[in-house]
Amino acid sequence: MTAEQATRAEICVLACAEAWRNDTKVLASPMGVIPALGARLARLTFAPDLLLSDGEAYLLAQDDGVVEGWLPFRSVFTMVAAGRRHVMMGAAQLDRYGNQNISCIGDWSRPRAQLLGVRGAPGNTINHPVSYWVPRHTPRVFVEAVDMVCGIGYDRAVAVGARFHELRVVVTNLAVLDFQTPDHAMRLRSVHPGVDVSDVAAATGFRLAVPAEVPVTRTPTPAELALIRDRLDTGGRRERELA
Amino acid sequence: MSAGQVMTAADVAGELRDGMTIGIGGWGSRRKPMALVRAILRSALTDLTVVSYGGPDVGLLVAAGRVRRVVCGFVTLDSIPLEPHFRLGRQAGAIELTELDEGMLHWGLLAAAHRLPFLPIRAGLGSDVPRVNPQLRTVLSPYEDGEELIAMPALRLDAALIHLNRADPAGNGQYLGPDPYFDDLFCQAADRAFLSCEQLVDTASLLAAGPPQSLLVNRAMVDGVVEAPGGAHFTSCVPDYGRDEAFQAEYAASAASPQAWKGFSARYLDGDETGYQDAVRRFRDAATASP
Repeated sequence: MTAEQATRAEICVLACAEAWRNDTKVLASPMGVIPALGARLARLTFAPDLLLSDGEAYLLAQDDGVVEGWLPFRSVFTMVAAGRRHVMMGAAQLDRYGNQNISCIGDWSRPRAQLLGVRGAPGNTINHPVSYWVPRHTPRVFVEAVDMVCGIGYDRAVAVGARFHELRVVVTNLAVLDFQTPDHAMRLRSVHPGVDVSDVAAATGFRLAVPAEVPVTRTPTPAELALIRDRLDTGGRRERELA
Repeated sequence: MSAGQVMTAADVAGELRDGMTIGIGGWGSRRKPMALVRAILRSALTDLTVVSYGGPDVGLLVAAGRVRRVVCGFVTLDSIPLEPHFRLGRQAGAIELTELDEGMLHWGLLAAAHRLPFLPIRAGLGSDVPRVNPQLRTVLSPYEDGEELIAMPALRLDAALIHLNRADPAGNGQYLGPDPYFDDLFCQAADRAFLSCEQLVDTASLLAAGPPQSLLVNRAMVDGVVEAPGGAHFTSCVPDYGRDEAFQAEYAASAASPQAWKGFSARYLDGDETGYQDAVRRFRDAATASP
């Protein structure tokens, strides 16, 4: 099976899975269809120790629906504070240092668009590793300054001495980004097959750090592709999230 | 069964006053004390501060103009991510907001339950939560680490409203679903707590339905019990029933225009609880009848 055979959504599932590659016994909390598939793919392959919840209060063993534990919201909060979690959140806005907004657009005191609220983003980002998933990479999401800082970026984290702060990766429909630069400004880590570096730059509302050589995002192995298609997502929900 | 602390939903609304701070249990669109919320909608109560892991409880009270301030980390319908009436209220500048991280809200309730002025927490540091809550202060750890933390103030409640699966007339309450949410904590953070339940049972029957740890609240934490079958509708109340997604969509559509809200209110909210349940049944029948 060749790289061309994997769809963009499948590339994204694998890129999300890679976010959890080096995690051991931590709770993987994916927000969104493709991150959820990624977390399950990671556990089935290279990160077998991950804990996954059913979205309610159960921890599920593998992907057969067998319950292996109980994790009501009160216990999730303790895992957050203990740092035993790696969440992949969405972002309505994200800036170059990884400050994220899911609360509202416009002036907070009377927003133009009320969104979710800060939810657990402040606590997540100051306590444990966080990654982001952006299904539509546009300058409206990747902005110079977010309207309400929910998840904190590297500049804010340094300012308050947040010793447990760590942003891993930002996976989008175009690319994978990270913060592995001297000042932790966002960097282009890889472009998905068929995407040019200039496409990503044009879709980003701030100047992105771009290395001299930008690799292409890894494509799924035949075994990984089979898991995605025949086991994790037989109904093709992954394609609809990018549609 | 002895009368114990049994009352009606209207009695509960009658115990509340304008301007009170009311904590509402459940989470998002899950096990919300909706019959008690509907009783508030039938009363003249107004100017409320609502503390909630917010769902349609917040949306309904905002839409009906009963809310001065919401204290929350989010307001959502879960399967419909954005609560439409909360959105409208915020975008119109009709409500004040104390926006907190979910964990900060938990900590504020815990501090109130423990009669502490505050509890230290990392969540919120570096974010814009302190910017939009200028009353928030930090504390320095008095130990050698010297870490600066947010001093989350106690969220003391005048009253708490929760809904559980079973209760006895004395106010011992039982949840049978997978998550207790923070219902016990809401009761303990409140001066007075009111519990509605799907079914009122004899005390001796409680342990027939679930293990001892399902007895989430005891009668010392509760000041009134209401039997309200379907009392969490249209939010979920597993295992008694799941979320009524079709009706939730009907509710969400009521935010489309002032006329839509007026129609929804007239159809479902202007009568009593029996009238509400009847109207919901008619909605369900109509949905099944149409192709």
